Amino acid sequence: MVDYTLQIITLGTAVLGALCGMLGSFAVLRKQSLLGDAISHASLPGIAIVFLVLGVKNNNGLLLGALLSGLVSAVFIKGIISKTHLKSDTALGVVLSTFFGFGMLLLTYIQKLPNANQSGLEKYLFGQAATLLASDVWLMSSIAGIALMVVLLFWKEFKMVLFDADYTTTLGFHVKFIDTLMTSFIVIAIVMGLQTVGVVLMSAMLLAPAAAARQWTNKLSTMVFLAGIFGATSGVLGTAISASANNLSTGPVIVLIATSFVMISFVFSPIRGLLFRQIKLWNNRNDLKLMKTLLFMYNIAKNHENISHPHKIQLLNNFQGYTRKSLKSLESEELIVLEKGDWSLTEKGFHTAKNLYTNQS
Amino acid sequence: MEDKIAIAIDDLTVAYNYKPVLWDIDLQIPEGVLMAIVGPNGAGKSTLLKSILDIIKPLAGSVTVYGKPYKKQRHLVAYVPQKGSVDWDFPTTALDVVMMGTYGSLGWIKRPGKAEKKLALEALEKVGMLTFQDRQISQLSGGQQQRIFLARALVQNAAIYFMDEPFQGVDATTEKAIIQILKELRKAGKTVVVVHHDLQTVPEYFDWVTFLNVKKIATGPVAQIFNDDNLTKTYGINYKTSIVEE
Repeated sequence: MVDYTLQIITLGTAVLGALCGMLGSFAVLRKQSLLGDAISHASLPGIAIVFLVLGVKNNNGLLLGALLSGLVSAVFIKGIISKTHLKSDTALGVVLSTFFGFGMLLLTYIQKLPNANQSGLEKYLFGQAATLLASDVWLMSSIAGIALMVVLLFWKEFKMVLFDADYTTTLGFHVKFIDTLMTSFIVIAIVMGLQTVGVVLMSAMLLAPAAAARQWTNKLSTMVFLAGIFGATSGVLGTAISASANNLSTGPVIVLIATSFVMISFVFSPIRGLLFRQIKLWNNRNDLKLMKTLLFMYNIAKNHENISHPHKIQLLNNFQGYTRKSLKSLESEELIVLEKGDWSLTEKGFHTAKNLYTNQS
Repeated sequence: MEDKIAIAIDDLTVAYNYKPVLWDIDLQIPEGVLMAIVGPNGAGKSTLLKSILDIIKPLAGSVTVYGKPYKKQRHLVAYVPQKGSVDWDFPTTALDVVMMGTYGSLGWIKRPGKAEKKLALEALEKVGMLTFQDRQISQLSGGQQQRIFLARALVQNAAIYFMDEPFQGVDATTEKAIIQILKELRKAGKTVVVVHHDLQTVPEYFDWVTFLNVKKIATGPVAQIFNDDNLTKTYGINYKTSIVEE
């Protein structure tokens, strides 16, 4: 029988993966990939401050602190961008390191406190899925459900703001509201993942499934759906692998699985994958070579009254670029006929070549 | 007959970080004109459109559409942003982008249905892009993308159209097709305001022109005010109409 605790953890990481994948798609398309990273790092001081104030490790309380701190950082980032000349990457960098540094400072301070309760706060750095409780998973699932509902409800508005925010304004929609709604749910998703994946790696959880999904589709709904699936699969696989190999921490394994989805997608996706593009390039080059040979033949054949008049293959010797193989493939496309040492153009071959000429000029 | 005023702009001033981009603009755009806004780079042409459309908040000034504040008249106004202002790699199709033109009348949350799709297809047909409806937008040429943007605005069936450099980076065929549509809009009594770069084509394409360089230099019928004097005032160098008419 499968361990009940493991079931809970697996369910939790699956829900978390799905939630992050779905909302991560919006972060990626809004070009706010780094915002997720900044917010997750910035949630650390919130956790530490709540612990200092309450003196206990109430998970929900700590997450609430993380949420507030994350939201404050988001406000700071947006404020810096709109009020100063700094570019967004600079603003993100400044806020990320300031908040994270402050958080680390508080964490080391807490560790020196004469309080038996303080150990275990480090789990929020790299996550500790093993500490997930049924109640945590419940919370995650409810939030994922609410997020899904909001996404479905505001689908049209989200899509439009992601694509063209200025235009959305002219249609009379409150872009700031839509934007804030989207960002808030991204922040909530990040906070939900802190216990499992930790502040340092959380942004990968958000971005990797979305980046992978983008490679497979040109449709927003499919992308969001796929990202959810990729996220959930990463969660389940990651938990399974870390459970079977002792002492492997779950968060990093989940993140590695998610990023391997990205690698595979970059290479193998049929629409945007590198491999497919390379194959297409090779095919085009081969086609071009074949057409060059065919054109050469056409130039010889057009001087004869009978286009199917046979010529010696040796005739092609002063022309670079033909091979036994290329002649064979021309024959298989019924453009030429090969007979012993002779070749001749077919009717189809003649017209194909002629069209190539007229299209060129 | 007294000309009706479609858009009235009063004392509009816009600044980015204390640097004025538009200074005290007073402008009245009569109904039914096809107007070009011309001026050098950085003259505030796009900013003027954006502040009329409330995308940018002006420091001061007001904009009225047929005598009422713009915010109450949004449904009368359609906007074609610069093609380069969006990411064309966004995962969506040509039809989907054009459908966005119906979202304003749909309002919050409601989803587009058959009626909206029909409107979008009609607009795609008008710009000659019907066969490209399912095409991913990154697979479209610059000219085709511009037509998609135009179709999205046409779906809104507005009374006033604002377009930001619709001829930028498009092929000659698209340019002709677009100007054809703009002239049809004018014929239907619509008001069309276009940020335009190519001075050569102003007399041919437009009947009304506004010279802008942070301040409004001049506005009026092309036949009366499109001359060396105003061009020189706007661009700061000596313009000869002969160059313009070449």
